[in-house]
Amino acid sequence: MSVIENRFEPGVLVTSLDTVINWARRSSLWPMTFGLACCAIEMMCTGFARYDLDRFGSGAFRATPRQSDLMVVAGTVTHLMASRVKLLYEQMAEPKYVISMGSCANAGGPYWEHGYSVLKGVDKIIPVDVYVTGCPPRPEALLDALLYLQNRVIKGRTIARGKAPIFGGGV
Amino acid sequence: MDIDSIADRLSSLFPGSVRGIEKEHAGDPFLVMDPARLVEVCMHLRDDQEMRFEWLMCLSGVDYPPETIAVVYHIHSQTHGQKLVLKVLLARSEPRVPSVESVWKMANFHERECYDMFGVDFEGHPDLRRILLPEDWEGHPLRKDYVYPESYRGVTNKA
Repeated sequence: MSVIENRFEPGVLVTSLDTVINWARRSSLWPMTFGLACCAIEMMCTGFARYDLDRFGSGAFRATPRQSDLMVVAGTVTHLMASRVKLLYEQMAEPKYVISMGSCANAGGPYWEHGYSVLKGVDKIIPVDVYVTGCPPRPEALLDALLYLQNRVIKGRTIARGKAPIFGGGV
Repeated sequence: MDIDSIADRLSSLFPGSVRGIEKEHAGDPFLVMDPARLVEVCMHLRDDQEMRFEWLMCLSGVDYPPETIAVVYHIHSQTHGQKLVLKVLLARSEPRVPSVESVWKMANFHERECYDMFGVDFEGHPDLRRILLPEDWEGHPLRKDYVYPESYRGVTNKA
């Protein structure tokens, strides 16, 4: 810091570009409006006033994957739906993050043995950043997952990443 | 009208259309129908002023291995507050029954589901495709001898 010390007017903050970009990304993880089963009800509940997802900058549920940063896979992923889930994930712009919400999205849930039409975990088709356990998880659990994801995002290297993988996407 | 008088009426108007009345089972009594005359009988049940079964509540399939698949029609009359159950028994090797979509529009999706799950061919259905499972799915899952697929499109089905 010695090179730039005392060169600016008082009131100017100096920081790294990575920190600023990651701070902005962390503070506006916009989820996609997208629910598959009963977990989606719990996700909606998380968005409403009592739990208020907006406190963490994630209340703006976008109706298109192109404006979304975060995909909350909330519910049972059937084989029929799996192709759509994958398509939606591919349409999202980088950087993109995935929260697998509930037992069904994690591992097939109650359908893990006899559910012939159910995908046994959404991580078989798209990379998952955070898994939330529960059937369905309580809103606190989803908030916890979001905060965990935010902590991972703020630590990611963006400008200076080089070959080191950032969190999410290709990891 | 009770089920006996309905059966008598149908038998006199459409000879051979009612193959039997089953009242011994637990649950609703039902008429076993002849698949060949099903559509005209259903049209009469819907339009006759004394019956007016204008609502198809449920259309479902039942697998009775080794030889039979049944299609069950639960119909209801809003006008007279009355229910009726019809059943057709089909050969399991080649289940085929005329579509009642022309009588009750809501049979459309129900018949597609029954086709999806049991493989029943509803003749005359305007759009007989799978409704719940992917188009290229093999087999009909609610048949008793259905074998669970190991994978679908390269994605394993094992836990």
